[in-house]
Amino acid sequence: MSQRIPEDEVDKEQRARRDVAVDKLTAHRGMATWGERLVPLGEFRQAAQGYGRQLDAAARQQQEANFLEPQADGVRVEGPFSKIAVFGGVYNNSYALEALLEDARRRGAEAVYCLGDFGGFGPHPEKVWPLLRQGEVRCIQGNYEASLSSGREDCNCGYADPRDNHFAKISYDYTATRCSPEYKRWMGTHPLRRRVRVGDHELLLVHGSPRQINEFLFASAASTPYLEVLLNEERCDGMLCTHSGLHWHRRLPSGRHAVNVGVIGRPANDGATHVWYSLLTDGGAAGLSVELAPLVYDHQSLAQDMRDEDLPQEFVETILTGWWTTCLEILPAKERARSKF
Amino acid sequence: MVAAEGQRQELTAASPRVALRSLDTLWFQVAGTLCNLACSHCFISCSPTNRTHEHMSLEQVRTYLEEGVRLGVKEYYFTGGEPFLNPQMEEILEAALACGPATVLSNGLLLDVERCRRLKALSEASDYSLDLRISLDGYDAESNDPIRGEGTFERILKGAVNAEEAGLTPVMTVTEVLQENATQQGRQRFLALLEARGIARPRLKILPVFQLGAEAERSGAYAEWQRLASTDEGEDGPGAESWEHLQCSSCRMVTDQGVWVCPILINEPTGRMGERLTDTLDSFPLDHPACWTCHVHGVSCKT
Ligand code: SF4
Ligand code: SF4
Repeated sequence: MSQRIPEDEVDKEQRARRDVAVDKLTAHRGMATWGERLVPLGEFRQAAQGYGRQLDAAARQQQEANFLEPQADGVRVEGPFSKIAVFGGVYNNSYALEALLEDARRRGAEAVYCLGDFGGFGPHPEKVWPLLRQGEVRCIQGNYEASLSSGREDCNCGYADPRDNHFAKISYDYTATRCSPEYKRWMGTHPLRRRVRVGDHELLLVHGSPRQINEFLFASAASTPYLEVLLNEERCDGMLCTHSGLHWHRRLPSGRHAVNVGVIGRPANDGATHVWYSLLTDGGAAGLSVELAPLVYDHQSLAQDMRDEDLPQEFVETILTGWWTTCLEILPAKERARSKF
Repeated sequence: MVAAEGQRQELTAASPRVALRSLDTLWFQVAGTLCNLACSHCFISCSPTNRTHEHMSLEQVRTYLEEGVRLGVKEYYFTGGEPFLNPQMEEILEAALACGPATVLSNGLLLDVERCRRLKALSEASDYSLDLRISLDGYDAESNDPIRGEGTFERILKGAVNAEEAGLTPVMTVTEVLQENATQQGRQRFLALLEARGIARPRLKILPVFQLGAEAERSGAYAEWQRLASTDEGEDGPGAESWEHLQCSSCRMVTDQGVWVCPILINEPTGRMGERLTDTLDSFPLDHPACWTCHVHGVSCKT
């Protein structure tokens, strides 16, 4: 580090560097970069204008119509029901799942749906399985089920940050080694999407998004035009998803609904220890009512089990404080500004 | 030229084609190739004199936003050059934030206190997120400045601090040419730097090393075999759907010169696909060597 360079050498080096810099700053006067070459600007522009299409109005309309054409997925529509409960992201939290089944029954849900991610984060994965079965929960696969049932080495959660991936791996390995082959097989028996009718509203149930099992749909990062186009394509009156961990509901200008039902496995990064799920009720003439419902459960016992299982202190802290300590890098600016860490 | 064109057509015919599955991400080369820096690793060679692509006007941007709304764009990205060199940038962001979330890729130099305050107001007026991404190339002036220019390290950090203080929670991206960045240690070191400067909850994106590898390959000569052939397999086997891991299956890039397939190929005339977005909804031949890099390294430009 402290190697001495003779003074004139420094000068020479600096001068050389400055020459290169000036060169770079002015090299493009009247020129354009074409791949690795510099060419006269006009040459590039002319060549570029020679590529690509310029369709007439009718052809554009046709292209747009083809592009946006609805796709039939052939999935049988369940129901109709007048009230359903929908949740996602159990993350091995059997305490919350128990509380949810109780709460949904008490509030008159005729069917209970789970949008996937039974495992990860919490302790004792196998405790969730009998609850899902006894509760007659209608499930779809999340990325966790897709990964565990196919023997994938990672959860495919879709994080980009190394620290997030580090914690995701701890969760996945913990869950993967504690689930029986039978449970894993059972996970793979669930469909990737479902359709259900509430009143006369047809709802599409997916894990991440209709397009991708691990797409994160955050309220501040999913444009309304995007959601409208999705619902057109899928020919449905509402779309229900989970995966991102934060619940939200948007009534679209078309009157249809986009709902992220939240997760019951860990709190919603808001400083409160309860978790969230959704109730959808047919309101007759009043349309579909969407309720995002807070769910209180025995989070102290969960935290104790997590400590006993030597799960990361960071996870326990989230359960006890309601603030996320991981997965923060995926949050868009607005959701990030509201978080503590 | 004619012979070269003939060769290209053969090549194109032999290349696999990637379909546009959906238009999720719409990019704007809003400042063209004009930049107040001239970084040595800039893959589109931006500089104060590079007018290959020029600033876009608010009116131009609006036309494409309207199309984007009809086509169901989920999110908008703004890049350059340096986006804030565009005198209409704030109006452009306001227009974009009425349609969806917006991310700006900036070098931080023009993020003074006043501008950050105005950007915060824009962000608060919208239900959508305004994300700022600021790039650095190292932990100190010694590693950053030779790449980005003399004195830039301090100026970039100043911009980042202004953004943070205005409540914009910028995402810092590090693209240093050091393997260390991808490690836990490198990350800690960088976080410590940001915290020492008063950025309390730093958001950090460390660009994985493969992008640097990609950069090296891009600037070097490509070998003949470094091209995709129609017989090559995508992620899930051969066929159009299997190219969905490429960003060009769900994005387009708009510049003042028209619509291009992706942010990477705007220096290739063949990357231009049309005049309007609706001209560019068809598939694109993966016939450029950069496509090989994308395929093998999984390059994606968005956050
Ligand atoms: S700041 Fe960005 S756009 Fe400008 S020269 Fe550097 S890398 Fe290129
Ligand atoms: S360079 Fe990459 S993103 Fe662009 S067309 Fe080729 S594969 Fe697609």
